[in-house]
Amino acid sequence: MTTWNLGPVDRIALGEGRAYRAGEHEVAVFRTRTGGVFATQARCPHKQGPLADGIVGAHQVICPLHAYTFDLHTGCPKNGTCEALRTYEVEVNSAGDVLLHV
Amino acid sequence: MKRKLVVIGNGMAGARLVEEILLRGGGERFEIVMFGDEPYGNYNRILLSNVLAGAHDPKDIFINPLKWYEDNHVKLHAGVRVASVDRAARLVHGDNGVVETYDDLVFAMGSSAFVPRMAGTEKDGVFVFRTLDDCDSIIKYTAGRKTAAVIGGGLLGLEAARGLMERGLQVHVVHLMNHLMEMQLDRMAGAILRSTMVRMGLQIHLEKATSEILGNGSVTGLRFQDGGILDCDMVVISAGIRPNTQLAKEAGLTVARGIVVGDDLASPDDPNVFAIGECSEHDGKTYGLVAPLWDQARVLAERLSARRPQATYHGSKVATKLKVMGVDLAVMGDRESSEPDDEEVTYAEAKRGVYKKVIVRDGRIVGAILLGDPAAAPGLVQAFDRGAEVPDNRAELLFQLDAGAANTTRIEDLPDDTQICNCNGVSKGDILGAVRNGVRSLKVLCDTTRAGMGCGTCKKQVECLLEFAAGDSKVEDPSVHYYVPGVPMTKPDLVEEIRARGLKSVSSVFRELASGKEDPASKPGLASLLKTLWAEEYVDERDARFINDRVHANIQRDATFSVIPRIYGGVTSAEQLRAIADAADKYDAKMVKITGGQRIDLLGIKKEDLPNVWRDLGMPSGHAYSKAFRTCKTCVGSEFCRYGVGHSTELGIKIEERFQGIESPHKMKLATAGCPRNCSEATTKDIGAVAIEGGLWEIYVGGAAGARVRKGDLLCTVSSHDEVLHYTGRFMQYYRENGKYLERTYDFLERVGIEKVRAVVVDDAEGIGERLDAAMAASVAAYVDPWKETPHETQFSEALEPRGELVQLRTARAVGER
Ligand SMILES: Cc1cc2nc3c(=O)[nH]c(=O)nc-3n(C[C@H](O)[C@H](O)[C@H](O)COP(=O)(O)OP(=O)(O)OC[C@H]3O[C@@H](n4cnc5c(N)ncnc54)[C@H](O)[C@@H]3O)c2cc1C
Ligand code: SF4
Ligand code: FES
Repeated sequence: MTTWNLGPVDRIALGEGRAYRAGEHEVAVFRTRTGGVFATQARCPHKQGPLADGIVGAHQVICPLHAYTFDLHTGCPKNGTCEALRTYEVEVNSAGDVLLHV
Repeated sequence: MKRKLVVIGNGMAGARLVEEILLRGGGERFEIVMFGDEPYGNYNRILLSNVLAGAHDPKDIFINPLKWYEDNHVKLHAGVRVASVDRAARLVHGDNGVVETYDDLVFAMGSSAFVPRMAGTEKDGVFVFRTLDDCDSIIKYTAGRKTAAVIGGGLLGLEAARGLMERGLQVHVVHLMNHLMEMQLDRMAGAILRSTMVRMGLQIHLEKATSEILGNGSVTGLRFQDGGILDCDMVVISAGIRPNTQLAKEAGLTVARGIVVGDDLASPDDPNVFAIGECSEHDGKTYGLVAPLWDQARVLAERLSARRPQATYHGSKVATKLKVMGVDLAVMGDRESSEPDDEEVTYAEAKRGVYKKVIVRDGRIVGAILLGDPAAAPGLVQAFDRGAEVPDNRAELLFQLDAGAANTTRIEDLPDDTQICNCNGVSKGDILGAVRNGVRSLKVLCDTTRAGMGCGTCKKQVECLLEFAAGDSKVEDPSVHYYVPGVPMTKPDLVEEIRARGLKSVSSVFRELASGKEDPASKPGLASLLKTLWAEEYVDERDARFINDRVHANIQRDATFSVIPRIYGGVTSAEQLRAIADAADKYDAKMVKITGGQRIDLLGIKKEDLPNVWRDLGMPSGHAYSKAFRTCKTCVGSEFCRYGVGHSTELGIKIEERFQGIESPHKMKLATAGCPRNCSEATTKDIGAVAIEGGLWEIYVGGAAGARVRKGDLLCTVSSHDEVLHYTGRFMQYYRENGKYLERTYDFLERVGIEKVRAVVVDDAEGIGERLDAAMAASVAAYVDPWKETPHETQFSEALEPRGELVQLRTARAVGER
């Protein structure tokens, strides 16, 4: 397993997501208003919607293209019949940097 | 003086009756008082099985919360049991000491679970299954338990068994009779159902009478009359129901199995006392399902509200579509043939769990059982209900060999792969599947399948399918009345709270009005409302905006964006065109297109280029993305057109300059036309102004030419541009304050009615005209071109690069702090 330092957590606006390219991995990282940080695959399994552009709330993300909704903890879809998202382990270290484990 | 109506029992029948009465204007006639010994509003008892199974949250099954009673001026004594009724004095005594007088009294007390005589029923871990509280206690007790026994193999017992099984317990069903569900099924069907249930993992013990519940203080097992013993950690008794009649008996009313009533639903002993629902008995019959009590509630409401004082009830033909542990079952009429000439047509396929039987008398269906094959059910139910003649080839009844007869392409009969929602490609099978998985309300159904979430034209069909598949267990989701699904309030209530508490940001609304629970889908709607209410004072939280409003461009299917600069009234210049052409070249636009609103769209722009595109264009944002005023389409009007009688271009530009960027529940597209030839299609716009002879302008509102076509309603006729601007602004503000989120003006208008809108907007009937004008003026003043806003620093990055790879092998959760 590899760990990437994605840089300061405040590069992600509060309550939003941002896409990262870590080596060959395209990852969307979300920062919820309750202080959670989550990472999932960057593109929606439905039709490749950019999940980092979605709306986030209560550890869910809504894809901006067709509004499929996913649980950020498990990656499971909350509506529609769609594959689950891959989720990745992330953490914020004491320097405030986001570490991504892939 | 109003008459006083007292209803005892706040269950499915009592609450329904009151709803039906109110619906018929009975609120004018009656002061209504209800007693309910459960400390809640009214909930859908049918869905308790789902709550037990964990498929529904208890709060999702409420039909009328306590607030509903308040709002409808119904006085509810919640949690108060009626202890006695004094008919001579016309008094009802609650067990807490309250006393109510009545003019009319309705018993709607339902039934109680019947507990057969056996020892040990007082032990911990013994339950009945009838109320929300029962359900709650059962759920709490399952924690950490492994096995459960359900006494009673009827419909409810099996439902309880399903619930317990879903909660991970090993479940035994103990049944006195020699086949399951003997009330609804014949032996053969019972046997087939049993093998299906066993395959699902239930243990079934038939012909077993329980004599004792074992255990020292709490349950450890059951002892049967034949001496056998079954170990279990808990017991749910579901051995039938008994109508609650004690109170009526004590009040001197005739009671047989239930409280006896005539066709007028009144007691033969007292014309002012009625009984409906499970506690009543009509024509020798008591009912244990909701469909009959709905019939009764309707009839009694007609009588009491004096809409049809002579309405009578003649019993209900009970045809039920049920699901027993997820297995489809439809039963109607007789279970066994009873007359010598009755004909029975049966088909059985035990392995697949399919059984069908129809009893025919004099060429008509008098009874049927359909197990494991829902397809034939709708046709049969219909034939049974209408008493239709059955086909000579009886097999057609069971197999729908012939699609003709009564079945002219009803949606029920379409094959499962028929596409219902053409926007999102949702098939009939998908929808039925969701209902099978426990979805019971239209809103949840649309959310889970995404059917009806595109243009919405298929919603009716989705609703039909829901009705067909869920039957009586369909519920209206209370959230259809909410402004946004995540905050349980109608728009007026929400607006009032927001104003009263001074909530200026989306997160503060969740914090104060939704117990802190964020609902992502509700964020954009709240943002729009707050901005409407607070204009400049609104505290912007960017994460509440849809991506389009975060980057001020329209996201496209390939995640690129399209950019539309504002071109007021559709009138541009060579200079602007040059700037647009240059930007198109420089940023490699994939297409340059004239839009339906007469503007120029640059498609296929990369997100990271957006700020540069705006700078290069040097024009304001055309807002082709947000739920806001979009464009005002214009024709050339009197300036150039030989027919033009009004200066439509100039007016269009003024409108666009004034209202640019004004948020609203949904987008607003406007148009102005220079004469009734209407080249700019102004009568099918959200707001349209059409010049007519005599220097006048007709203002139309609520027109549409999208998923629906609707000609706008004439709001008023005025004589100047200024007046057009004035009424346009006032109408917009009224719609902004009262429209539901994502409700276009044409739906809003049909909901509210043009008369009402005209009264408020033109005649100022409510005296709020000035306030509306001022609010609009404040919003206009608060407008800033979004293309000049300072976004979050990484907002436009397509993908961020990490600082680098930390080369370190690690095991899960080895490092770091959270
Ligand atoms: C778990 C379960 C699943 C079911 N599934 C289905 C189904 O799928 N399809 C179907 O058609 N039917 C189903 N039923 C049956 C259906 O719920 C009933 O037929 C229906 O609720 C009867 O309505 P009611 O108003 O007569 O009685 P209830 O809904 O029981 O309401 C009576 C109310 O009166 C109250 N009350 C009683 N005595 C007093 C008193 N003295 N003072 C004050 N209040 C009093 C009771 O507490 C209760 O709240 C189900 C029932 C249960 C329990
Ligand atoms: S609507 Fe009338 S004024 Fe406008 S372009 Fe058409 S014909 Fe001319
Ligand atoms: S691409 Fe995500 S919902 Fe369609």
